Amino acid sequence: MPGGRARISRSDVEHVAALARLALTDEEVEQLTGELGAIVDYAAEVSALDTADVPPTAHPLPLVNVFRPDDPRPGLDRDEVLAEAPATEDGQFRVPRILGEAL
Amino acid sequence: MSAHDIATVVRAGERLAQDVIEEYLAAVDEREAQLHAFNHVLANEAREAAAVVDAAVARGDDPGPLAGVPIALKDNLCTRGVPTTCSSKILEGWRPPYSATVVERVVAAGAVPIGKTNLDEFAMGSSTENSAFGPTRNPRCPDRVPGGSSGGSAAAVAAGFASVGLGSDTGGSIRQPAALSGVVGIKPTYGLVSRYGLIAFASSLDQIGPLTGSVSDAALMLEVIAGHDPLDSTSIPEPAPGLREMLHAGVDGLRVGIVEELADADGVQPDVAAAVEQAALALEKEGATVERVSVPSAAYGLSAYYLIAPAEASSNLARYDGVRYGLRVDGPDTATMNARTRDAGFGPEVKRRIMLGTYALSAGYYDAYYGQAQRVRTLIIRDFGRAYEHFDALLGPTSPTTAFELGARTDDPLSMYLSDVCTVPTSLAGHPAASVPFGVDGDDLPIGVQVLAPALGEQVMFRVARVIEAAAP
Repeated sequence: MPGGRARISRSDVEHVAALARLALTDEEVEQLTGELGAIVDYAAEVSALDTADVPPTAHPLPLVNVFRPDDPRPGLDRDEVLAEAPATEDGQFRVPRILGEAL
Repeated sequence: MSAHDIATVVRAGERLAQDVIEEYLAAVDEREAQLHAFNHVLANEAREAAAVVDAAVARGDDPGPLAGVPIALKDNLCTRGVPTTCSSKILEGWRPPYSATVVERVVAAGAVPIGKTNLDEFAMGSSTENSAFGPTRNPRCPDRVPGGSSGGSAAAVAAGFASVGLGSDTGGSIRQPAALSGVVGIKPTYGLVSRYGLIAFASSLDQIGPLTGSVSDAALMLEVIAGHDPLDSTSIPEPAPGLREMLHAGVDGLRVGIVEELADADGVQPDVAAAVEQAALALEKEGATVERVSVPSAAYGLSAYYLIAPAEASSNLARYDGVRYGLRVDGPDTATMNARTRDAGFGPEVKRRIMLGTYALSAGYYDAYYGQAQRVRTLIIRDFGRAYEHFDALLGPTSPTTAFELGARTDDPLSMYLSDVCTVPTSLAGHPAASVPFGVDGDDLPIGVQVLAPALGEQVMFRVARVIEAAAP
């Protein structure tokens, strides 16, 4: 946090893990609580610089939208792509039940 | 053997590419078990590719400027039909249905891929110890790391397993292993080399570049891989600068600055600092003027980098969800399956970075961390811009230290991150940089000197690098 030391609690780590879809073990949560606290404290040094009138840079190049002619061309071979998937059915990726959906 | 020399004799029909590749495969047989530079050696594929090169020569065709040159490919570059793992369990066994543009280009130029090289998982690390398949060892001193994350490619070139290698550099991942392994490493200007088929870590920083035994081979390699690619929307839509024609132009009249924030950074080993001074003297001797220069915000480069790169990584790595490729650990519903797959498939450093990046982007912290880091990035670009008003190229150490022992920094993530302190600032600016071997320290370990140049300043960078190489003790 600007002007102070960042503190990361166990529940912060659990919250962020849920956002990041990581099913961390208890030991991992414990370890990451300490490690992330130390790293964030270090990274928070950026707050020492005065950036009041400084715009952010998201990218080193002045990006413009790139268009190409709308010519049809072959994509990747479907069978070749599906052959690398963990589970498929009828030419599609197969996944477990989506939460909350009545099937 | 240099890539240039191999291509010359193979193109002239004086030597078979098949004989060249056997020589390199023999070197792999001899030391790979000890060094573990590769995740996957492509012995049969290389023999077949070399036969194709020889057949072209026999027909009177020119196989290209890399004819018969054995090349090591970092295992985050997609190779059609060949396992591409990023040294991660989450992609173990995956065979991409397409190849990276750089792979297509080096093969079209006649190069012969000899293997996919080990890396820190998803290129996150500075020692190659974060590989799910075990560390790579430094050929110069096998109880030391080769640097990272392109440690496998650096080790492969240093050990003579390949004539040249390709790596990727997000915050130093080509330059730092080049320095620690005693080879040349180039991070090109952002956008000069297509990223199509490079498995993304931090998309606003990632660049592919060569690791080679000489500056002149690096120039040859960069000429082959650089140039616009419609498959990468961030690829610069202009012709790439010619490099070899400028290589021996010397440095007479050039203005070179030693960056104080890099040269005087905490933890720079005295031998390394002395090498930078000595390289500067060599440039002066050849007619350059050298002065010290301050790039004040560069001192905040590492902090900004460790917010920006993990933030981008947390977004890029969201695609590993157990649905379309790679590992799946099943669960009663898709969300649980996603979360179990990711916990089982990612190693500790990758999880750390995903967590850090997700935190830096999360509600309530975004502006203080990610937003502030982006504004610091602007300041770094401005400060480098000011320096380049007075200097043609800049100088500093590549790595604060020479190769460290395996295990020395694995228990403390921050100490590992500090390996990147000299390479990260220019990455944030998107500028090119080279690491050139320059002597050894008291333990006989290689030292790398870093040459920095403004965006698309590769010609000047190579001229300076060549003079430093020629003066190296």
